[in-house]
Amino acid sequence: MDVLQLLLSGLANGCVYGLVALGFVLIYKATEAVNFAQGDFMMLGAFVMVGLVNPHFMGLNFWLAVPIALLIMGALGYLLDLAVLRFMFGQSQTAVVILTISLGFVIRFIAGVIWGHEPQSLHSPLALGDVRFGGVVLSLADIAVIVVTLLMTLALWQFFQRTKLGLAMQAASQNQMAAYYMGIPVKRVQGAVWALAGIVACVAGILYASKGAIDISSGFIGIKAFAAAVIGGFGSLPGALMGGIIVGVIEPFAARYLPTGYSQIAPYAILIFVLVFRPHGLFAQVRVKKV
Amino acid sequence: MRFHFKTSYDQDIRLFPDWWNFSLYLALLLLMLVLPWLIDGFYLGEVTNVLIWAVAGLGLMLLTGQTGQVSLGHSAFMALGCYSCVNFMELGLPFLAAFLLAGVVTGIIGAIIAIPALKLHGVYLAIFTLALAILADDLIVILEPWTGGVNGYFAPVIEIFGIEINRWAAPETWYYLALGTSVFVALLYRNLLRSPLGRAFAAVRDSEISAQAMGVDVARTKTMAFGLSCAFAGLGGALMGLFAGAFNNETFNFLIAIQLLMMIIIGGLGFIHGAFLGAIVIAFLPQFLSILTDNLGSASIPGLETGVFGMILIAFILFEPMGLYGRWLKMRTWLELFPFARRDMFRRQKTYLKTERLR
Repeated sequence: MDVLQLLLSGLANGCVYGLVALGFVLIYKATEAVNFAQGDFMMLGAFVMVGLVNPHFMGLNFWLAVPIALLIMGALGYLLDLAVLRFMFGQSQTAVVILTISLGFVIRFIAGVIWGHEPQSLHSPLALGDVRFGGVVLSLADIAVIVVTLLMTLALWQFFQRTKLGLAMQAASQNQMAAYYMGIPVKRVQGAVWALAGIVACVAGILYASKGAIDISSGFIGIKAFAAAVIGGFGSLPGALMGGIIVGVIEPFAARYLPTGYSQIAPYAILIFVLVFRPHGLFAQVRVKKV
Repeated sequence: MRFHFKTSYDQDIRLFPDWWNFSLYLALLLLMLVLPWLIDGFYLGEVTNVLIWAVAGLGLMLLTGQTGQVSLGHSAFMALGCYSCVNFMELGLPFLAAFLLAGVVTGIIGAIIAIPALKLHGVYLAIFTLALAILADDLIVILEPWTGGVNGYFAPVIEIFGIEINRWAAPETWYYLALGTSVFVALLYRNLLRSPLGRAFAAVRDSEISAQAMGVDVARTKTMAFGLSCAFAGLGGALMGLFAGAFNNETFNFLIAIQLLMMIIIGGLGFIHGAFLGAIVIAFLPQFLSILTDNLGSASIPGLETGVFGMILIAFILFEPMGLYGRWLKMRTWLELFPFARRDMFRRQKTYLKTERLR
């Protein structure tokens, strides 16, 4: 029973990592850039929701606030691309990495100014109930996280495989020049994917905030989500979810069975291990480049 | 405007291109030597801090600016340098020997770590090194017998040839230690760039494939770059920890590594001057901001420093990717060529992206 409980709570945590990792993968898949600010996006999404729902801010109804928050974060993602990242078009990947790291700093600063530095909790209907079957207790939020994450991954995966826009995104990343020649508006497609990443981050933020308190440094779980994305193989959507679940499940077990001090190391140790022995992740999408 | 009429190949790789240039740097060195008589103890401490950051920055510059590999994990190597220096001193080695040995040890360990990391490119290397930096934080806590764990260490007394280096009683001694180290590292760096190895670094940065075609051993070059870079970062870290007086796992947080990377970008990637200019920005920005908020009469805003730092960095990446030193180069060229300078002389080359992924 104990093992099952750990497994399930790890699964719920892992799904949050997986959702943040999905954001990384989306942007990586379509623009070949890595958004180091994705964790901070998630934090911002959660705080936007707090601002809309909590009584001492606007006090809207939860279900009304969800679409508004998603819209705000989507618009923010698009505007960010329009105002900042579009100028990086044609620059090196590393420049984008550093740019997004500093964007993360700025987002954390702005969120701190608006919502303060104390931990806050979201007034969410998901945070209330518990469900128990057998000896296992799962909160409603945990179940919501698992279900929403699975649906999101499936939807996004199908989106990339089937729809015209999804295919355009893939084309734009595989060869920008050729995509231009084929009439794909590469810059606008990239804007769309940033908006999408903002929305995914907001979903992750709402779910994360439903599970517990958030503060402005919650965005650092982005680093664990990195581990998830890399383990899954950057660029694979189901891989990101798998990686997230692996990291999420290993964490509670490491905390339970390893001596203190060693348990926090586990996700990063796995990350390094995977990078050294399978540099392109478990779901590799790269073949050796021929010159 | 000065013209260089070259009569031998040696002129291309001279340490200083001409007498004018040499005398400028000589004047700068003299100014730095008499600085303790010109400014008071507080500012001397700040300048010492700048020089220490610059030493660590030169380390990362060698890797990122010269060889084109991004590292977000240099705080781990700074910590390694600091803790090994202190441990050597506890074993009874004199400070100078312990200090240099710490640099060597950090360099060797860095080179060993680089061997698996070499297979990774760009973003993957950045993530790998970021994971290293976070692991280092936990490892310091685990390796308590050598590191003092969470309680940390108090810096032992430093003596060089019988002179005690004390930050509070005699700030100029610390200043000269930092100055000596930074001049030593900068000269080493400059000489490295003139050597075949330095040329190989630049070749690897500009194109790995062409470097390979020219007969450069890419794997060996990258390992050397990583090792040397870690050695310099280790020296910088040792100075930083000892200068702070007390240090624990938090002193070498992974945010330090990110700050270091941002610092060299603000200063100017690929220039020795860039490391120093960036260090000036990073060391004086907190002071400047606190003076500013005091004058505006508002209470201090938590997190303002990193927020402003992030904004400055975004502005630099968007508008001046060559950093402060690059801006100075542009202004100097404009003045030297006066009516003939053209904007496109410094135009960035754009590349269209292609991926190696298939789906």
